[in-house]
Amino acid sequence: MRTGEIAIKDRKVALFNLGFAYSAFLIGTLCGLLQVFIRNDALKLPEWLDYYQILTAHGLLLAIVFTTFFIFAFFQAGMSRTLGAFGPKVRLWNWIGFAVTALGTLLVVVMVVAGQASVLYTFYAPLQAHGLFYVGLALFVIGTWIQGFSLVGHYAVWRRHHKGELSPLFAFMAVATIILWVIACLGVVATVLFQFIPWAFGWTNGINVELSRSLFWYFGHPLVYFWLLPAYMAWYVIVPKIIGGKVFSDSLARLSFVLFILFSIPVGFHHQLTEPGISSFWKFLQTVLTFMVIIPSLITAFSMFATFEIRGRELGGRGLFGWIRKLPWRDVRFTSIFIAMAFFIPGGAGGIINASFQMNEVIHNTLWVVGHFHITVGTPVAMTFFGLTFWLIPNLTGRRFTKSLQKLAFLQIATWSIGMLLMSTAQHLLGLLGAPRRTAYTGYAHDDALAWFDGLLTNHVTMAVGGSILFLSAALLIFIVIQLWWLAPKADEETYEAFPIAESDSSMTPRFLENWKIWIGIAFLLIALAYTIPLSEIIQHAPPGSGRFQTW
Amino acid sequence: MHLHKYEKIWLGFGVIALVIFLSVVGVSAFAQGHAPSSGHMTIDPEKVRETAPFDQPGLHKKEDGTYEVAMIALTFGYEPSKLQLPAGEEITFTLTSEDVVHSFSIIGTNVNMMAVPGQINHRTHTFKEPGSYLVICNEYCGSGHHFMSTEIEVVEQ
Repeated sequence: MRTGEIAIKDRKVALFNLGFAYSAFLIGTLCGLLQVFIRNDALKLPEWLDYYQILTAHGLLLAIVFTTFFIFAFFQAGMSRTLGAFGPKVRLWNWIGFAVTALGTLLVVVMVVAGQASVLYTFYAPLQAHGLFYVGLALFVIGTWIQGFSLVGHYAVWRRHHKGELSPLFAFMAVATIILWVIACLGVVATVLFQFIPWAFGWTNGINVELSRSLFWYFGHPLVYFWLLPAYMAWYVIVPKIIGGKVFSDSLARLSFVLFILFSIPVGFHHQLTEPGISSFWKFLQTVLTFMVIIPSLITAFSMFATFEIRGRELGGRGLFGWIRKLPWRDVRFTSIFIAMAFFIPGGAGGIINASFQMNEVIHNTLWVVGHFHITVGTPVAMTFFGLTFWLIPNLTGRRFTKSLQKLAFLQIATWSIGMLLMSTAQHLLGLLGAPRRTAYTGYAHDDALAWFDGLLTNHVTMAVGGSILFLSAALLIFIVIQLWWLAPKADEETYEAFPIAESDSSMTPRFLENWKIWIGIAFLLIALAYTIPLSEIIQHAPPGSGRFQTW
Repeated sequence: MHLHKYEKIWLGFGVIALVIFLSVVGVSAFAQGHAPSSGHMTIDPEKVRETAPFDQPGLHKKEDGTYEVAMIALTFGYEPSKLQLPAGEEITFTLTSEDVVHSFSIIGTNVNMMAVPGQINHRTHTFKEPGSYLVICNEYCGSGHHFMSTEIEVVEQ
């Protein structure tokens, strides 16, 4: 087998996950296009379709389905690449996990299309969707757990055969991400299984709304780190190889992932700062814990630029900034991910604003938030995934990422960047003026609301222009994906797209960083500290439960 | 674990920034009283209109001379639907929902509070300028979510 090649049997499950991801991406981005037109009164939907159905589909298909299926494709390919081909059991369970995740997704989509679940991806009680919608959500999570545990199993086999060794960085990070995901899902599984399903099927009559919201956000915040950490894996492990460099520091890379497990979970209240039922003390405590993620984020930023600078100087860059020009900007696999990182600078800073306790009142549930996650998950994460796609699909299909496709890829990331810049800037500014998120229509008969159409950037129309460019970009990406999958010329020995994995010197890395018992233990301690008392208060002081409402 | 000198400086800068951010937020919240809306009282969501103060929605002057507005959020509007408030007075909004989750957000102010069924939320605000203020619901509540708005008329005493 060539270096950087993945066992043929393992490719298939990764490709199925990728295919599912990009099908969801196409439909999800089309929904996004429809939204910006409807909001500006430029399009009227047929009777059987409703704005909030489309909005639910957009959020679920892009933020949940596209990301999750892509992440598992990336993990499956990367684990097979770095730890060796899967055994038959691991492969079988990956397939079973994929099938269950896909089944759950289809069930959810059917319910949304049938108009039985216009509850948006946050599905806040007491809005009540069809019971099967929640069953679909549960199956989705169970499917990801099966895939996750089978990958952990593959890793466990490797470690048994390599006693005393640190695992390859890619595998370490994938396992860290899976641990984070499993712990995070406990909250949403608890609320879906014990609150929503019995209530939606009519077995219980009331639901404790505040408890369901708190359990949802216990899951909802680490969810964003479940999207982000695979992007960070690409930044730490893939990008250095693409530019011809090495991982800057193996131990810091591992440390930052461990810190993300600790500090991304006990922080969900910063999504609930303006609501009753949780005392200010606990909200503030979780604000403090939220801010701790600044540290691993800064470690990551430093590592990235250190790798870039070291490599740029190796290539002959001189002076304070001369190395920047030497970086391989003509390689779209690098440039795409670099732009993705650049978007994360304002994205991360915006996140600090959102979590800043009383400052949250200024932007909570305004369009600012929509702008925020389009420059976090919508660009840093999504465009990193695009950058991975450009070589991952050819690697799996044995085709070539040709020169002409590379040019198209540049056009694709350029349009995505411009579209996102326009749309998210408009959203941030409109949010500061108070324009709400998640509304079908933007016309409120009041001077303050009319001002939302006045500015050059502070304008709903600018947002729509950006959204339209984004859809063009998405269509272009789908074209590239189809080419790389079925139509591009077959690669030979020389043109084969290898799976790039950068060298990472782990000889100085402390062994305790891979002692998961320590980190999982501390994670649960922090969770217990941040959640035990406020959650038991919400349960003990529960009001009579809320009934079922279908208001769409 | 080896740390490069520049990285120590960089992380030191990060930690200091973190401490400053949290101090600003903390002092503003707990010493100056700028905390976001909150509340610890619960209510039967099916008996909102039988429970004080929501049995009489609207503006009340309390014994200590401050004002309270009892506000019910519902699909797709607010009760009371019209509100006239005095400028320059401290007003506490007391809010709940009688059906799904809503919000009560006054554009141009920092009043942006969630209405959660079963829970009672509070937020104090003083309108400095008289005029007409737009109130909207910014939490998705159903097909009429984007029609859920009202106006507050703030008048000089």
